[in-house]
Amino acid sequence: MIGSMIVHLSHPRRQVEIKGPKRVKEVLRELNLIVEAHLVIRGDDLMTEDELALDSDNLEIRPVISGGSH
Amino acid sequence: MNCTRCPSGVKAVIGLPRHNAAFCKHCFTGFVHEQVARAIKSQRMFSKDDRILVAVSGGKDSLALWHILLQLGYRADALYVNLGIGGYSELSHQKVQRYAETVAAAQGAKLLLHAVEQQEGAGIRELANILHRPTCSTCGTIKRYQFNRAAVEQDYDVMATGHNLDDEAARLLGNVLHWQQEYLDKQGPTLPASVEGFAKKVKPLYRLSEREIAAYAVLNKIDYIVEECPMAKGSKMLLYKEVLNRLETESPGTKQRFYCGFLEKEAHGGPEGQQTAASMEAKDRRTLHPCQSCGQPTSSDICSYCKMMAKAKSSRRTHPTSA
Repeated sequence: MIGSMIVHLSHPRRQVEIKGPKRVKEVLRELNLIVEAHLVIRGDDLMTEDELALDSDNLEIRPVISGGSH
Repeated sequence: MNCTRCPSGVKAVIGLPRHNAAFCKHCFTGFVHEQVARAIKSQRMFSKDDRILVAVSGGKDSLALWHILLQLGYRADALYVNLGIGGYSELSHQKVQRYAETVAAAQGAKLLLHAVEQQEGAGIRELANILHRPTCSTCGTIKRYQFNRAAVEQDYDVMATGHNLDDEAARLLGNVLHWQQEYLDKQGPTLPASVEGFAKKVKPLYRLSEREIAAYAVLNKIDYIVEECPMAKGSKMLLYKEVLNRLETESPGTKQRFYCGFLEKEAHGGPEGQQTAASMEAKDRRTLHPCQSCGQPTSSDICSYCKMMAKAKSSRRTHPTSA
């Protein structure tokens, strides 16, 4: 895909390309991910759900949920 | 989205629908510190004179907790238990060590270490295999035991863990689904040192969601292990958290109402049969006594940790190649 944003995902670690421009909440929806369980990071900054991600962007979508014994 | 605290339209870095708010980096850091300070005060966790031992794993919650306590001026050391889970433990150990050397040491805080492979004779995965127990439950027993032992033996006033709102709400959901009343009684954010040999235990992050703590760690450049523990795959806690997050998305504030509502009911006595903190202490004093092997409090003759270690030792003698 030419001219798409690169999105880095974890669990498992992988990357996908998504056509922009798109709001962060739309990117998450397209990947079937919910806001409450993820952070969207561009460079050193966090992005809010209403921010616009562009084709030139390199994003990390970081899961925030951990499990195990308690 | 603009910061709802700053008067002049500063760009927000995070929106918090459950508080009907959005914050810039500066105001969000302030918000997190306020929530922790409020938890410490309202639940009478500790004072500035107390020595605190933070249980750290290399994950976001425990490293953020250590960071926040040091930022707020508390005397907080940390204990890391190396579980011996191959590359995952190596990486998490590195993260903790780096934080201790680059941030905590400058504030006079130190890191204590416990290596399961050295002390218990095998890593957590091997121990769980030998004992035919789920890995997470074996891990929980060992960590609770070692953290309590270190806190008591080294005279810390209180032991703090990084349990957050999601952890507590998910645990509450699991306990309610199975009507485990005896566990519900111990779900508060402060557990007193009810008997000799028990450290006081507190959860200063209980007012903050997992996402808020992760955001705090990213914004404050706390380098934590993002990878999930390989042993946690398929855990019930993850399922409960997922369900609660779906509810939270539809109805912001669900997790907080669920857990904090439970705490309010507990504090005001609640329905018949519910115990107050004082009666919980009295019950502990009635039912617990020193383990005949190690002296830590237990309701049996031998505590579950010592039973587990004895079984592992005997199994290794019978099947020397299994560990």
